[in-house]
Order: sequence, then structure tokens, then C-alpha cells
Amino acid sequence: MEFRFEWVSALAQGLPLTLNITLTCIAVGIVFGVLLALGRVYGNRPIRWLISGYIQFFRGTPLLVQLFIVYFGLPNWGITLSRYTSAILALGLNTAAYQAEYFRGAIQAVSGGQMMAARSLGMTMPQAVRHVILPQALRLVLPSWSNEFILMLKYSSIVYTITLYDVMGIGKRIANRNFKFFEVFVIVALFYLALVFIVSMVLRFIERKVRIPGLGSSGEVRGRRQRIFGRGSA
Amino acid sequence: MSKLLRVEDVHKSYGTEEVLKGVSFDMEKGETKVVIGPSGTGKSTLLRCINRLTPADRGRVWLGGEEITHTRTNINKIRAQIGFVFQSFNLFSHLTALGNVRIAPMKVKGMGKAEATQLARTELERVGLADKADAYPAELSGGQQQRVSIARALAMFPQLILFDEPTSALDPELIGEVLEVMVALAKEGMTMLVVTHEMGFARAVADEIIFMEHGVIVEHGPPAQLFSHPEHARTGEFLNKISELYGETD
Repeated sequence: MEFRFEWVSALAQGLPLTLNITLTCIAVGIVFGVLLALGRVYGNRPIRWLISGYIQFFRGTPLLVQLFIVYFGLPNWGITLSRYTSAILALGLNTAAYQAEYFRGAIQAVSGGQMMAARSLGMTMPQAVRHVILPQALRLVLPSWSNEFILMLKYSSIVYTITLYDVMGIGKRIANRNFKFFEVFVIVALFYLALVFIVSMVLRFIERKVRIPGLGSSGEVRGRRQRIFGRGSA
Repeated sequence: MSKLLRVEDVHKSYGTEEVLKGVSFDMEKGETKVVIGPSGTGKSTLLRCINRLTPADRGRVWLGGEEITHTRTNINKIRAQIGFVFQSFNLFSHLTALGNVRIAPMKVKGMGKAEATQLARTELERVGLADKADAYPAELSGGQQQRVSIARALAMFPQLILFDEPTSALDPELIGEVLEVMVALAKEGMTMLVVTHEMGFARAVADEIIFMEHGVIVEHGPPAQLFSHPEHARTGEFLNKISELYGETD
């Protein structure tokens, strides 16, 4: 067993890229994911069908294959993207498909009565979605959506295959040079473990911050307790 | 003729079942009418056809001079003038009582936040919930939630409020506080169309009771007349049954 501190500092230089790719893709995924989910819930049949096809494709094929299609495949059609852009495109479109499914579930979990009440007050459909449905759906989705964030953080490591030097990419290079695969990759693993831990903490903090009584899991527990002790204005 | 609401020959079917088979009536400004009838008779559907939450298959509805059922009518503008109070309250779960009351004036009418907040506080006070402004729906009792939802409707200064069994989802001890608010509104001259079985309320403030069965209006008239001299045997039968079931709460 061998340990060199210079490995750690070298790996740390991959952190900005790992975080950059993860955060950018998650952001792309939120925007597209919400749009796809809205289209799938409220769109007409062709739109729903198209979105469903998109989601099926990205959930039904390996992420690595998607990345290779974008980076190695598109140049055959005259579309050459940088390694970074390819990574963002492939991972972003992929996570958008998964996020869309989470968002769709949450939008459908908001009761129909909420939409009806909003419309009865004179809100247009987009106003109702924006001011009533989404604020609730996004809170409901947070716990399961957090999972997707963490998965994305780990999946971002596949960008080493198109020679991007994120934490994994740098790890691969150090390991190859020193033939210290076990040691180096264990350190790489610890890097990801630490990142996942920090991200989980941040997400849990946000969850607590935006929590509203009666909305989401905490509310259900609360509701149950109230029922046991009897309802009332107290 | 200056009727505030005119409902003319409204039909509605769900699949092969015709729920409304041609319903017509009208309302003057300031009137309170109570719709009663066995469940599955189309009372709720009728209310929803009025503000087009459910589109009618046939027939027409006017609010003042404007035909609500016309496809060219801006339905959102109409709905902003017609309050709707749901059996299950349907308060927005992510907003406080205050937020629930001020959101429509802000987003639908473009009222400024400060002004809307002021208005919301006034309306909450009107339903006796000034102290609950910052509570979320889950923190309120059913009766309080329904009062907030009435305040939410009032904040739009509606010409008419439709109540769809507003007390049916409430525990018995909470019904009174909601009816109290509704009685006060009726006395202030609000135009109200109320689906309810609370005969105490009907006797106290209704100008007319409309008895519906199997998708048609069987009989309508002032409460006193319907209670003492119903034209149809069926009306008397039904009134006796619900008076027995719900008791006379006045």
C-alpha cells in the first residue's frame, strides 16, 4: 500500500469540472424536465406521445451509449461539439428525461381540486400551473429528486471516457502512470463519497427550508398525528 | 329584464348518462337560492356548468348581459366575477390563509401586493379569522378552512357566489361557524346560489328553494311554501327526510 498526498491535490483539481458538469446538467435537466413534464400532463396527444418517446429513449438506453452518440457519432453528420459541450448535452438530456418523470408524478400528485380552485378564481391555465401547481409539485418532488442529483454527481464520472479530466479522469491518469489502481481509485471513491455527503446535506437543508405544513411527507405524519388526537381548532 | 344570472335549458351528460336534462332558472341581484335534491341529481354539475368548470352540452347561461356559455366569451374574466366555494375547500396548500385570499386579486386583477394584503386582511376579518392570517391550511380546522375559502371568493368582489355543499365535509360542531358567515353574507345582499341540505339556513335566508331530482327541477318556491304546501308529493317527502336527517339547526 502506498499513499501520496500529491495524488489528493491532483485529484482535487478535477473537482471544479465534476461540480461544473453535475450542476450544469442538473440545471439543464430541471428546465427541460419541468417543460417535458408539463407537456406530458397538459399537452395534447401528439405532444404527449413525442415526449413519452423522448423519455423512453433516454431511460431505455445506456448513458454511456448516449454520450458516445453525441461525441463520436454526431461528427459523422457534420456536427462536432467540444468534449465539454458533448458531456453537458448527453448528460443533460438524460437527466432531463428522468427528472421529467419525477416532476410528472409530483404534478399529478397535486390534487385536481387545486387546479379547479385556481381556475374558478379566473386564473388562466398557465397562471394556475405557475402559481398553484408547480410551487406544490416542486416541494413534493424534492426528496425523490434529490436522488437524481446524487446519481448525476456519480454518473458524471463517465465523462473520463471522452478524455475530460474530472475527478475520475485525473484518477485514471494517475493510476495508469503509477500502476497504483487500488490506492488511487479508493481515494477517488472517497472524493465522490464526500461530495455526495455534502450535496445530501445541502439538499436536506433546502428541504427543511421550503417545507410547508401539510405538504409532502412531513405533512402526512403530522396529519396522521392530528387525527389520532382528534381534529379541532386547537 | 335585468336578471343577474340566467340559466336556460342546460343539459349535461357523462357518457350515456344524462345528469342534467334541461334546467332553467334565474336570479336577481341580492337573491339567495338554495338547491336541494337527492345525491346524483346533478346539483354540483349544475353549479359547475354555470362557471364552465364543466362545459354544458346544451343550453345557455348569462351573467348580466354576457353569455357565459358562448365560446367567444373570455371565461377567465367571467370566473373572476363568480365566486366558487367547494365542498372540500380546495385551499392552496402551499399558501397561508392570507396568501390564499390575496393571490387571485394579485395575479388575476393585477392588484399590488400591499393593497392585496390589506384587502385579504379585511376579508379574513369579515369571516372572523384575522388571527389565522399566517396559518397554513393544514393548520386550520375544516370550518376555518371553509371560512378562508369564502374570504378568498369575497376578495374578488364577485357578483355571485356559488356554494357547492359547503358544509358537507365538516364535522357537525364546525358547521355552525360556516353557516353563520353565509347567513351574514346573504343579509348583506350578496347574491348566492347554494347547494346544501341545511334547511335551517334555507329557512333563515333563502328567497327560494329549488328542488331537483333526476336532472330536472321538480319544484321551486319560497321556503315557507315548499315546507307547508309542496305541489309535488315527492318534494314534501324529501324535505321531511332531510329535516329529519339534518335536524332544524335554526
